[in-house]
Amino acid sequence: MSSTKNLAMWLAVVALAVVPLWVVERPEAAPGAEAVKLFGGADDKARDMIGTIAPEYEPWFEPLMEPASDEIASLLFALQAALGAGFIGYFLGGAVMRERLRRERSPSDTTP
Amino acid sequence: MHIMEGFLPVEHAIGWTAASLPFLAWGVASIKKQIVEAPERRMLLGVGAAFAFVLSALKLPSVTGSCSHPTGTGLGALLFGPAAMAPLGLVVLLFQAVLLAHGGLTTLGANVFSMAVVGPFVAWAVYRAVSALRGSSGLAVFLAATLGDLATYVVTSVQLAWAFPDPITGFLGSFAKFAGIFALTQVPLAISEGLLTVLIFNALARFNPQELRGLGLNIGAGVQA
Repeated sequence: MSSTKNLAMWLAVVALAVVPLWVVERPEAAPGAEAVKLFGGADDKARDMIGTIAPEYEPWFEPLMEPASDEIASLLFALQAALGAGFIGYFLGGAVMRERLRRERSPSDTTP
Repeated sequence: MHIMEGFLPVEHAIGWTAASLPFLAWGVASIKKQIVEAPERRMLLGVGAAFAFVLSALKLPSVTGSCSHPTGTGLGALLFGPAAMAPLGLVVLLFQAVLLAHGGLTTLGANVFSMAVVGPFVAWAVYRAVSALRGSSGLAVFLAATLGDLATYVVTSVQLAWAFPDPITGFLGSFAKFAGIFALTQVPLAISEGLLTVLIFNALARFNPQELRGLGLNIGAGVQA
């Protein structure tokens, strides 16, 4: 019962990520302009919006270090996700095993 | 929700940093206290931080045609109280600001305030409210994580609108524009975060009931959505 619900929730998460790739249509590019880029970062859009609202604004500080390329950036993001997922997997794996051992041992524990 | 390096005027950058500092101090004190009281919670604290690490690294497509990411701060806020997420969120944001040029040091205060202060506090308050109204704990966790995530992006929109009011329509006009970018994009992502938080809560409640006991969560009946 509970596992059906869990599976449904996992599927919903996947659907929420995949459906936009289907549904969103690429807006027509203006004649002569480059094709509109889809699924860029919202952070970049906000930066462009600042440029529209306050064209005279100059950022007064630069990042100390930038990833050398998009590939390096995705490497670091993957590393970030892997570290987090690795830790959660380690913790849950240990907990699942402990629970199983406890259950296997419990009949003898109750009748000493 | 990462405001980019240098993209907040100096006085705003200083102001948001000053606003975040007391929460960071409160959070550090709260974590220290909890670890002294119950050293076995250290691993669970790591899970809270790790969850924020994973979720904030996942840039997901949204129906608006842009990509954004969940924050993952709701889980830790429910487990350890909202203040504890301030230092943990700072670690995530610092990693991204320094190594990834994602966010920035001058905007760190503002980003900590939205992601690691307001989000967790909203999540915690929503959890309390839904529980008080006798909603199931699964629903409470889902709504807490979803609305906490969304609140973070609303705050980012407020921060940008305050710093860059529209020359004609002012703060509100500017807020509508930034919220159109951030908050709207975030709606499906916030739902994803809510579902993922319920999923990990289910797993923790099933396999670590003794660790969760004493955290002030009503998980006695098990967390079910």
